[in-house]
Amino acid sequence: MRFYLDHAATTPLRPQAREAWLAATEIVGNASSTHGAGQDARRLLEESREQIAGILGCDPIEVVLTSGGTESINTALHGLWASRAPGADSIVLPDGEHHATMDTVAALVPEGAVIRPVALSGTGRIDPVAFRMALPGAAFATALAANNEVGTLNDTGALSQAAADEGVPLHVDAVAALGHVPLSFRALRGDAADGTGLVALSVAGHKIGAPVGVGALVVARTARLSALMHGGAQQRGLRAGTQDVPGAAAFAAAIAAAEAERESEGHRLSILRDRLINGIRSAVPAARLLGDPTDRLPGNAHFLFPGAVGESLLFLLDVAGVAASTGSACQAGVAEPSHVVIAMGGSERDARSVLRFTFGRTSTDDDVDAVLAAIADAYARASGSLDAR
Amino acid sequence: MSGGVDSAVAAARAVEAGHDVTGVHLALSRAGGTLRTGSRGCCTIEDAMDARRAADMLGIPFYVWDFSERFRDDVIDDFIAEYQAGRTPNPCMRCNEKIKFAALLERAIELGFDAVCTGHYATLIPTDAGLELHRASDNAKDQSYVLGVLTAEQLAHTYFPLGETPSKALVRAEAADRGLSVAQKPDSHDICFIPDGDTRGWLADRVGAEQGEILDRGGNVVGSHDGAHAFTVGQRRGLKLGVPAADGKPRFVLEVRPVSNTVVVGPKEALAIGEISGQRHSWAGAGPTSDSFDCEVQIRAHSEPVPAHATVSSDGVKVVPDVPLDGVAPGQTAVLYIGTRVLGQFTIDETVSAVPLPA
Repeated sequence: MRFYLDHAATTPLRPQAREAWLAATEIVGNASSTHGAGQDARRLLEESREQIAGILGCDPIEVVLTSGGTESINTALHGLWASRAPGADSIVLPDGEHHATMDTVAALVPEGAVIRPVALSGTGRIDPVAFRMALPGAAFATALAANNEVGTLNDTGALSQAAADEGVPLHVDAVAALGHVPLSFRALRGDAADGTGLVALSVAGHKIGAPVGVGALVVARTARLSALMHGGAQQRGLRAGTQDVPGAAAFAAAIAAAEAERESEGHRLSILRDRLINGIRSAVPAARLLGDPTDRLPGNAHFLFPGAVGESLLFLLDVAGVAASTGSACQAGVAEPSHVVIAMGGSERDARSVLRFTFGRTSTDDDVDAVLAAIADAYARASGSLDAR
Repeated sequence: MSGGVDSAVAAARAVEAGHDVTGVHLALSRAGGTLRTGSRGCCTIEDAMDARRAADMLGIPFYVWDFSERFRDDVIDDFIAEYQAGRTPNPCMRCNEKIKFAALLERAIELGFDAVCTGHYATLIPTDAGLELHRASDNAKDQSYVLGVLTAEQLAHTYFPLGETPSKALVRAEAADRGLSVAQKPDSHDICFIPDGDTRGWLADRVGAEQGEILDRGGNVVGSHDGAHAFTVGQRRGLKLGVPAADGKPRFVLEVRPVSNTVVVGPKEALAIGEISGQRHSWAGAGPTSDSFDCEVQIRAHSEPVPAHATVSSDGVKVVPDVPLDGVAPGQTAVLYIGTRVLGQFTIDETVSAVPLPA
């Protein structure tokens, strides 16, 4: 038996998304063609875009469909940098952001970007005071809506308000938050002036049961943003390339299904999560829950197992059929020490001793039982405390 | 599983022998290259992918484990420190001693495994006195030298399925038969953590290069050099000697003195070593039954073994070869054999010239 507790990495395809994708492949045309076949494709594309916009609380014209979260983030950050105000060369970058953000910002440093880091709290939350203090005169700021590793939620509305007050554009990475917390672009923007506050928001389809390969960047109609890719005027000129109609249809079906069950699933998953948290605490008294104890993603339980080698824990759980995660892995497949845990004040050693369990649509009590059956022995072995046997 | 043909076939044979096998690729460098270049044997993303694909073909689970910190501390830093001390280390032996059959083996045992299986060419023979480590049947591929650092405890948890194979060509043919894509992958023989194979340049970056004097055995200055660490005992090329030898014959590096940053040169005859000794030693299984015994000594992975007499005392091991050894440098490992059996090894601390110095 296999027990999948890595829904934050990717979650199973929703049947509605599969059906929508397959149905869309029956349409022949390129959505940019002017003939009837093209018009049929375009109609489905725009209907899908409208559905996505409706759920994300923005106008359809503000939805730029992409290949996923990484492309959305790259488009936003490169685009905001290229269109920055004269003289503004600083980027407000909180610690513990996703690598897609950190590495993109790092790639802007040779172009003259100066990074203004913002500390995380011990629970992994962006410190709102420090964030506000870093804003004045910045080219732009970026922030996670929910931390993808430890699951802590940020007050995205307050961050947007702070950016609006300081006249700075803000990008929000909502990849981990999508489908789990209410995300209304319009509401989060509030009454921010043109080109300030929340201006761009990144989401990815496969985190909510759409296929890998589709995502979106919401770009406020008043945002100043240059294109990353060139070669066509599709999607406001912000994303050149033939538009992926089946991907859009599948994303729309998935986001609609996810939104419809967001509250009930959130409730169900938080019960599973809390059962897992309590169970791990009693099976491994040394284990420590990281992230905010309550103000966190409903399906996320993130633990520090002091003294244990994360790689060994992953291996032993895998042998028991349990798929978990240490957070991020490099290309070769090495589990990397968690930069989020380090940003939260943990040691390098702690950062190698963490495990993330994430629940999703297909999760059941059996998944919790499987972890609880294996975790005490796995911890004993992975921390070398079996040597006393 | 390094991503090479040997470990892939070793894994295949272990699976076929009925063992419950898990493939592990060691990530030894945090800043590994992406693509394979030349004869480097590991540490690239492509090598990790090759290993993963071999495991896929065999239907075994596969993991990449990060031992880069241990590798840096125990192998790379040791390599640099040894050169700084004027010694010539063998990093592959250090890796076997500290990583593959130590750190990895310890973790494997903790996680419930019985043994570490590798694609080394060597043979284990069970006897009443415990396991014995022997040369592989293919002398050209024999790797028992680099395994000479293993102890009885380590040997008891070790498995070398390739030891009995008569030739490497057969291993490649077997890999091809099994559909393993690494069947024709080139052998690795360079130091894995020196990306371009330029050991001197790599060391110069880390140790620094400072001009110093080249002396003859009488202490007379006969030339200059750009950093003593770049020289190894027995080396002839690359010496910038301003003063010719009295006899007009070529001169060789006899000694490297890192503290004074000097290099000592002399005639070829002076390279002949009549005695080697060292404190740091270990026995591969049951040790010698007497403190004084005949054996064979081998001082490099691919040098010929030489008949010798060994003496063990509280000072360590002393070996007198029947014929002088050429090009021995402190830091090298001397592996002692009885016939095909690896008896043990020591790190050479001191060498004594077979030819007394002329006045």
